[in-house]
Amino acid sequence: MDEYRDADAAHKLAREIVRVTTKPWAIMEVCGGQTHAIVKFGIDELLPKQITLIHGPGCPVCVTSIELIDKALEIASRPEVVFCSFGDMLRVPGSTTDLLSVKALGGDVRIVYSPLDAVKLAEQNPGKEVVFFGVGFETTAPATAMAVYQAAKKGIRNFSLLVSHVLVPPAIEAILSSPQCRVQAFLAAGHVCTVMGYEEYFPIAAKYHVPIVVTGFEPLDILQGVLMCVQQLEKNRAEVENQYSRSVRQEGNLPAIHLLREVFQVVPRKWRGIGEIPSSGLGLAGPYAAYDAEQKFGVAGLRVDEPSECLSGLVLQGQIKPHECPAFGTRCTPEHPLGATMVSSEGACAAYYRYRR
Amino acid sequence: MLFVPIMQPLDFTPACPIPIQQYPRVLLAHGGGGKLMHQLIGKMFVSVFHNPLIETQHDSSVFEAGGARFAFTTDSYVVHPLFFPGGDIGSMAVHGTVNDLAMSGARPLYLSAGFIIEEGLPMETLWKIVSSMQQAAARAGVQIITGDTKVVDKGKGDGLFINTAGIGAVEHSLKILPQSLRPGDAILVNGDLGRHGMAIMAVREGLEFESTIESDSAPVAEPVLELLRAGIEIHCLRDLTRGGLTSALNEISEAANLALRVEEKLIPVREDVRAACEILGLDPYQVACEGRFAAFVAVRDVDRALAILRAQTGGAGACRIGEVTDQRAAKVVLKSAIGVQRILDMPSGEQLPRIC
Amino acid sequence: MCLAVPGKIVSISGEDPLMRTGKIDFGGILKEVSLAYVPDVKIGDYVIVHVGFALSRVDEEEANQVFEYLREMQELADLEEPGA
Repeated sequence: MDEYRDADAAHKLAREIVRVTTKPWAIMEVCGGQTHAIVKFGIDELLPKQITLIHGPGCPVCVTSIELIDKALEIASRPEVVFCSFGDMLRVPGSTTDLLSVKALGGDVRIVYSPLDAVKLAEQNPGKEVVFFGVGFETTAPATAMAVYQAAKKGIRNFSLLVSHVLVPPAIEAILSSPQCRVQAFLAAGHVCTVMGYEEYFPIAAKYHVPIVVTGFEPLDILQGVLMCVQQLEKNRAEVENQYSRSVRQEGNLPAIHLLREVFQVVPRKWRGIGEIPSSGLGLAGPYAAYDAEQKFGVAGLRVDEPSECLSGLVLQGQIKPHECPAFGTRCTPEHPLGATMVSSEGACAAYYRYRR
Repeated sequence: MLFVPIMQPLDFTPACPIPIQQYPRVLLAHGGGGKLMHQLIGKMFVSVFHNPLIETQHDSSVFEAGGARFAFTTDSYVVHPLFFPGGDIGSMAVHGTVNDLAMSGARPLYLSAGFIIEEGLPMETLWKIVSSMQQAAARAGVQIITGDTKVVDKGKGDGLFINTAGIGAVEHSLKILPQSLRPGDAILVNGDLGRHGMAIMAVREGLEFESTIESDSAPVAEPVLELLRAGIEIHCLRDLTRGGLTSALNEISEAANLALRVEEKLIPVREDVRAACEILGLDPYQVACEGRFAAFVAVRDVDRALAILRAQTGGAGACRIGEVTDQRAAKVVLKSAIGVQRILDMPSGEQLPRIC
Repeated sequence: MCLAVPGKIVSISGEDPLMRTGKIDFGGILKEVSLAYVPDVKIGDYVIVHVGFALSRVDEEEANQVFEYLREMQELADLEEPGA
């Protein structure tokens, strides 16, 4: 992994980008992990001024709707529930509070590394209701699918899933179809594509005439991905290319896709700060619907509207940079965040705050 | 776009320094070593207890009595699990307090030990921990001369909490404080970082992995006293506990009002510690250590200081990681592995494993 | 998305492909993960792991492509400036 962080190689790639860039270009990286790497390693500072990197809605934590977080909080507060989640979600504020605060008040909220750990907890605690908060893009969905699949196979009844999975291609389309869209090329999320492949991107690249380069997460990956985008842009090409070929195959991971199709179905999903995007989320399908926590705990009908103060929506869409928000660093900081982009360590606002102020 | 500032209603009780509307209850993050904890300490404890000694906010406080100088400190240990690779809550309780005394350049003399035991804790467990404390005390050259015992209801104690207070003799005439920092001072650490925190993570429920990472919990009084005996001009010392290197550097920078600069290439982190951090999405610079400290020394003494540190048991990894700049600012800047600079900000709360 | 880390398979257990697990060595740390989604891997292969699941086998040839690319770039640069 260290080879992909080599300083000399990084500077070589950066110099090549400088060499081939003749016009200003705006490139969006979709994945929060890529945002994190860019800001942490200062990759955007190596790029020529004409290249603007726009941080997209690639943080599934940031885009989880307030409504869904409120549902999570409601469920987690119940005495019979053991609420399991990835660490990222614990500090994300809903309308009034967050999971960490619910834990402070006595709720049994636990961090797990894998959804399978939650299933194990259900097996070990038959008197409790174990709920897993299924957040994440297509990268994480196969893990959640397997957890539900195994729970069903073993007949485990005290396990359920609060589904919050979202899909990347519809988000990219939503951004591209917006009249204020400034994005001219995309770095597609390398791990999402490890699961899904990249066939879905061909029609998007063609329809909107944008280069899409499937990119990894190390500095050299990102720099090479940017270089490949710029090379295409300079030649007015709009193709799908794969920079992260050591992990991504065009057809993706077939066993994972197969299980996703068995356990989940595509549903509309509300994205925090963006609104509802049709066919952009995953919901439990067929017999697996019995594992849906929203139904089990009767919170499916809860409706919460997004407040207007937080501008994370504009940040997520790449319309503004974090420091352009009037609340940035003043009323909105990691200690008292207004929105998810400041809470999540992946969020563009948090990344800027920690590395850039 | 018109910016209309939104006024927050002031509805907090005037006596409470931390606006209740912000944090009506204490959160775990308030103990995490980051911003929230510092806010709690500053606004609640230091401002209420209010005296020049507590306001130095250093690891231990140095006072004068009968013509001699002493250092005094206290620390409570709430680690879970009680036993971890490389140590246990008992040895940690001794090392931690000994080290806080060492951070004032004091020779540790005596410790107290207060136990808050949860009803139901196996006697055998308590015995193992107490034996471990005695071993650690002997190794550090201190005696535990007074203590206290309390037993609380089952469910209220996480098994066991230990508080140790310590007193040490200050036999040098240096003022080892952030305020003594000078531009150009070198920043040294006495070994690789993050072992303690990751050793704990390795056995913590839900995040288990197999590793040979052992806590670096160890007493550091000897290395410090050796540096003092050799006449090394030490301006400040800070042990790297909760919040790791990042927290310590930010605290010092703020107290000294001098910007610090460190280089990623120079900061030692073992490969397996780094790998464990990568898997869980943690920043190794924020992970707790228990036998590591940062020393701010006059630049002309760097080579001698490093030679002394490296000659200590377990000190082979001692190295220089950066320097104190002449910029009057509370800021820590890191030069990344690929040569770009970024801010190393004070962690805001407890670092949580992430997937994203 | 996002945090997935490469590691080397040191042991494999389980017969049922969907329940197969492997011990992965991440630079000295060992963790047991599900190999359900990488049915063709063997001991010694490198895999990319996310939340307890191996999602792909790292293709060693492809892993070198960045460095191959850099090498080609260097060769081109050397050709253009023979004195450099």
